[in-house]
Amino acid sequence: MVGVVILCSVYILLIVLMVVADIAYTDTSTLLATLRDPNIRYAIVLSLGSCTISTLLSLWVAIPIGYLMSRFEFRGKRWVDAALDVPIVLPPLVIGISLLVLFNYPPFAWLSEYVVFEIPAVILAQFTVACAFAVRTMRVSFDQIPERYEHVALTLGCNRSKAFWMVIMPQARFGVLAAATLAWARSMGEFGPILVFAGSSRMRTEVLPTSVYLELQAGNLAGMLAISLIMIFAAAVVLVSARMLGMEGGKL
Amino acid sequence: MIQVQDLCIEQGDFRLENIGFTVADGKYGVLMGRSGCGKTTIIEAICGLRPIRHGQIHLSDREVTELRPAERNIGYVPQDIALFPGYRVRDQLAFSLVVRDAPKRQIAERVDHMAGLLGISHLLDRRPEGLSGGEAKRVALGRALVPRPEVLCLDEPLSNLDEDINAEMIELLGSTIREEAVTVLHITHSSREADRLADVRLSLVDGVVV
Repeated sequence: MVGVVILCSVYILLIVLMVVADIAYTDTSTLLATLRDPNIRYAIVLSLGSCTISTLLSLWVAIPIGYLMSRFEFRGKRWVDAALDVPIVLPPLVIGISLLVLFNYPPFAWLSEYVVFEIPAVILAQFTVACAFAVRTMRVSFDQIPERYEHVALTLGCNRSKAFWMVIMPQARFGVLAAATLAWARSMGEFGPILVFAGSSRMRTEVLPTSVYLELQAGNLAGMLAISLIMIFAAAVVLVSARMLGMEGGKL
Repeated sequence: MIQVQDLCIEQGDFRLENIGFTVADGKYGVLMGRSGCGKTTIIEAICGLRPIRHGQIHLSDREVTELRPAERNIGYVPQDIALFPGYRVRDQLAFSLVVRDAPKRQIAERVDHMAGLLGISHLLDRRPEGLSGGEAKRVALGRALVPRPEVLCLDEPLSNLDEDINAEMIELLGSTIREEAVTVLHITHSSREADRLADVRLSLVDGVVV
């Protein structure tokens, strides 16, 4: 037990020290100058907006798929299960390249000029990875809810849909919150697929991870760390808020 | 009436075949048998919760074999009770009428009547986690009876209760069923429950109901 506590403490210390090092390296004037930079302000707004949209899309897809995978047996389920894990396993750059190639073929090619290297590409790249994590989280959440509740609801006059919304979803709400948090966090940290599929055009498809990359390329370490601190702050606010919302159920 | 004819159910290696029995209108049927012999499987098939290979199920002179659970006019109390987490007792009892969009006044009257009948009026604002085992079983029974089902299926509804509470619950179950005039199929291991409640005694032995 003591060993586990020490191991845990060392890991937490590592995380805290990384953040402290970032703060120590950055001075207030650089941070303020970064915050005043219109490019960075645009990247902050695009990051927050695209992460929120990709999270909502992920939930919209992950809730029914997670329920289907949890409750129903069908031929080829193992293959579907493996396919759902592909975005988790693949290197992020490969996902970006695959999306780019996909939009060379119809019917996707017809939409290419509105999507590739545009804001929709940012959202689609974030969604592709984030949704896989949301599906996994929702499936585990539904697995933990006994099917017996649905059975009773069916005998009490519900159809499958009513049983799901009236009996299952209220119990899965903390799973939904966990899936949303995970999807949002994944989207916020997404870099590789966005760089390949959406590019890194300033005031167009630049999100915060891209800003870090652009500052790194320009050799501006202080600016890069200032952007990193903004990302850490935004992520901390969202994660802590989600945990406070989840505290009622004690599930997060 | 509950009439099961030539029922065959398969689940993996487990198989029940040629199951047949009848519980007449308004009668109290008790089905006994060893653990794992398929009693719960039969009750779930009657409720429409488990697919069957072949056979026919009639409830109150109506063939329901192909009907969805909601269309069978049936009440079901599973062994683990399965009260809906987060729902107050009042909402558990009202659930079936809310689903059917019944008028609020009708829901309130029926819930109050059922709560009075089962002696749980003082529990209406509690949630499942605040109920004892006996109280939870009363609520589950009330929840199943509120929509006035023609048939009630009870899967070991009085298991895991202290002896005193068990005896009290047997009396309450008997009086409630008489009041509601419903046909019952009750699964149990308890001879005492069967002796006190059964009009019809059935046993599932080696895959055959006798």
